[in-house]
Amino acid sequence: MSRMAATRDGYGDALLALADNPKVVVLEADLGKSTKSLYFRKAHPERTISCGIGEQNMLLVGAGLASSGFIPFASTFAIFTERAFEQMRNGVARPNLAVHVCGSHGGTHTGTDGSSAQSIEDLAIYRTLPNVVVMHPCDDVSTKALTMQLPELGGPSYMRTARNKTPVLYDGRENEIKIGKGVELIEGKDVAIIACGVLVHEAIAAAKTLEEAGVSATVVDMHTLKPLDGELIESLAEKCGAVVTAEDHSIIGGLGGAVAEHLISTRPVPMERIGVQDRFGESAGAEEMLEMMGLKSHHIVDAAKRAIARKA
Amino acid sequence: MGEMSISELEEMARKCRIEICKMTHRAQAGHPGGSLSEIDILCALYGRRLRVQTSNPKWEDRDRFILSKGHASPGMYAVLAEMGFISHADLESYRVKGGVCQGHVDMKWCPGVDFSAGSLGMGLSFGMGCAVAARIDGSSRNSYVMIGDGEMQEGSIWEAAMSAVHHELGNLKLFVDCNGIQNDDFCEVQMRMFDIPAKWSSFGWAVKVIDGHNMNEIVGAIEWMDTISDRPAVVIANTVKGKGVSFMENNPAFHGAAPSDEQLVQALSELGVSA
Ligand SMILES: Cc1ncc(C[n+]2csc(CCOP(=O)(O)OP(=O)(O)O)c2C)c(N)n1
Ligand SMILES: [Mg+2]
Repeated sequence: MSRMAATRDGYGDALLALADNPKVVVLEADLGKSTKSLYFRKAHPERTISCGIGEQNMLLVGAGLASSGFIPFASTFAIFTERAFEQMRNGVARPNLAVHVCGSHGGTHTGTDGSSAQSIEDLAIYRTLPNVVVMHPCDDVSTKALTMQLPELGGPSYMRTARNKTPVLYDGRENEIKIGKGVELIEGKDVAIIACGVLVHEAIAAAKTLEEAGVSATVVDMHTLKPLDGELIESLAEKCGAVVTAEDHSIIGGLGGAVAEHLISTRPVPMERIGVQDRFGESAGAEEMLEMMGLKSHHIVDAAKRAIARKA
Repeated sequence: MGEMSISELEEMARKCRIEICKMTHRAQAGHPGGSLSEIDILCALYGRRLRVQTSNPKWEDRDRFILSKGHASPGMYAVLAEMGFISHADLESYRVKGGVCQGHVDMKWCPGVDFSAGSLGMGLSFGMGCAVAARIDGSSRNSYVMIGDGEMQEGSIWEAAMSAVHHELGNLKLFVDCNGIQNDDFCEVQMRMFDIPAKWSSFGWAVKVIDGHNMNEIVGAIEWMDTISDRPAVVIANTVKGKGVSFMENNPAFHGAAPSDEQLVQALSELGVSA
C-alpha cells in the first residue's frame, strides 16, 4: 500500500516552506484548522491575518496586500470561496493581482457534511475568469509542489484541495510537477483517461481493469485546468483516438468542459465525461458519494468502452 | 401549541442533549458544541411559542423557524423528534446516506425544516423574506431566526440587519447564540466583536440580553418579542458552547468533533442516563 495523505496537508506544508519569503502572508476565514493554513499561523502569527467568517472581506484584503507587494495565500472551503466570486472577479482577476486562493473540502468526496459543503462548480467558475490559474492536484506531494511555484506566477490562482486522504503518487517525483503541464502516469494506446484530483486514483484503477480486458489506456493527471496542457491533449487524442475525462465536479464546465472545448477546435475525437450529472449531492460517506454520483473506476471503465466503440 | 411548563421544557432540553451526544457519536462527525448551546432556546420556542402543525409541516400560515447556523443540526433534529415532526428512529439517519437528517438542516430532506442552511450568514435574509411574505399576505405569522456569534461576522448579516429595520419588520425575531466560540478558536481570538448589543441597537433593532440557559429568562424573552411590533427584535443569548457536558463546555475542540465511546458514556451519565 502506498502512503495515504490529504492534499490539504500538502498545502499547509507548502505555506510553511514558503515562509522564508517575508512577503508571503496568509489569510484565514475561520477554517485554518481545516484548510491547514494553521501550520503557518502557528509558526508566523504576525503574518497571518484572521478575517473572521468573512470570505468577501478576505479576498479583497488579499487584493490590497498583493497591490502592496505582498504574496497573499487565502483559504477556506472551496464552497465558501464562491461567496466571494465577484470579489475574485472584479477585485482580484480583473486587476490581475496575485492573490492565491485555496478551496479545501472540494467535491462530493467531502462526504457527510452534505450538499451545502460539496462544491461541484468551483473549477468551472474560476476557469471562466481571465488571468486566473486553476489547479486541482491529486496528492499531497503535487499539491505542495504546485503551491511552492505560486509566488513566481505573478498573477492570481485558485487551487482546490480535498478533505480526505488519498494514495500518494509523487513521493520523490516532485520535480515532474509543473503548473500547466499534465503528467502521463500510465501510457496506453486505445483510450486516454484525463483526470484531476481524487479521480486520478479512480482512473488508475480503471486503467488496470481495462488492461485485464485487453484495452490499453493512458492515464493523465491534469492537475492544472487552466492554462490547459493542450499540446498533451492533442497528442493523446491523435495517439489514442478516444478520450475520457474524470473529475469530482459537475460535468458542466470543469475538466471535461475544458478538454472538450480544446479538442472541438483542434482534434475532435469521441469523448466521454465522468462527472456529477448536473445535480446536487447529499450526506454520505466519501466512497458512497463517488458511487452514487457515478465517479468510481467502474464508471470510468464503462465510459472508456463507450468512447472506444464510437471510434470511426 | 399547548403551554409546556418551565420544568417540562427543561426536561425536554435534557432529552435533546442526550440525543445530540448520541447522534454525533454515532456519526463520528458533526457539531455537538453549538447544538448544546442553542438547545434550551429551541425547546422553549417549539414547546411554548411556535405556531406549527406536526401533522402538516408545510401548513402555509405556520410560524417559520430558520436555523441559520445549520451545522448545529443535531439540536434541531432532536427538537423535531421531540415535537413529532420526525421519529426518534430518524435521528439515526444523521449524516447517513439517504437519511432525513442531513449533515446540515435541509428543507428538501427533513419535515419541519424551513430553510436549507450550511452556509453561514444566509438565514437572516431568508427570514426577512418570509417576514415580508407574511406582511403581504396580511398574516400574523412570525419569522424566527437563529444565528451564531461567529456567523455574525458575515457581511450579509448586516445587510439584512439594516434592511429589516428599513422595512419595519415587526414580525422578524432573531436569536444570537453567543457562546463565544467559532470554528478555529474563541471569537475573541478570531474576530473581536466588542459590544454586540450596541451594534444591534445602533442598527435600530429592539434588543434584549439574556442567559440562554435559563428557561425562565428564555420564555420571558420570547414573550417580550411578542410585544415588539414596529421593528425587528433580537435576543442576545449568552450561552456556553457544549453546555451540559463538562468536557465539551467552553471547549473549541467540540465545535466540530464527535465524542468517543468513553466520552459518550461520560456525557450520558452527566445528562442523567444511568449506564
Ligand atoms: C459562509 C461560511 N463560511 C464558513 C463556514 C464554516 N463554518 C461552519 S461552522 C463555523 C463556525 C461558526 O461559529 P458560530 O456561528 O459561532 O456557531 P456555533 O458556535 O453556534 O457553532 C464555520 C466557520 C460556513 N459554514 N459557512
Ligand atoms: Mg459560536
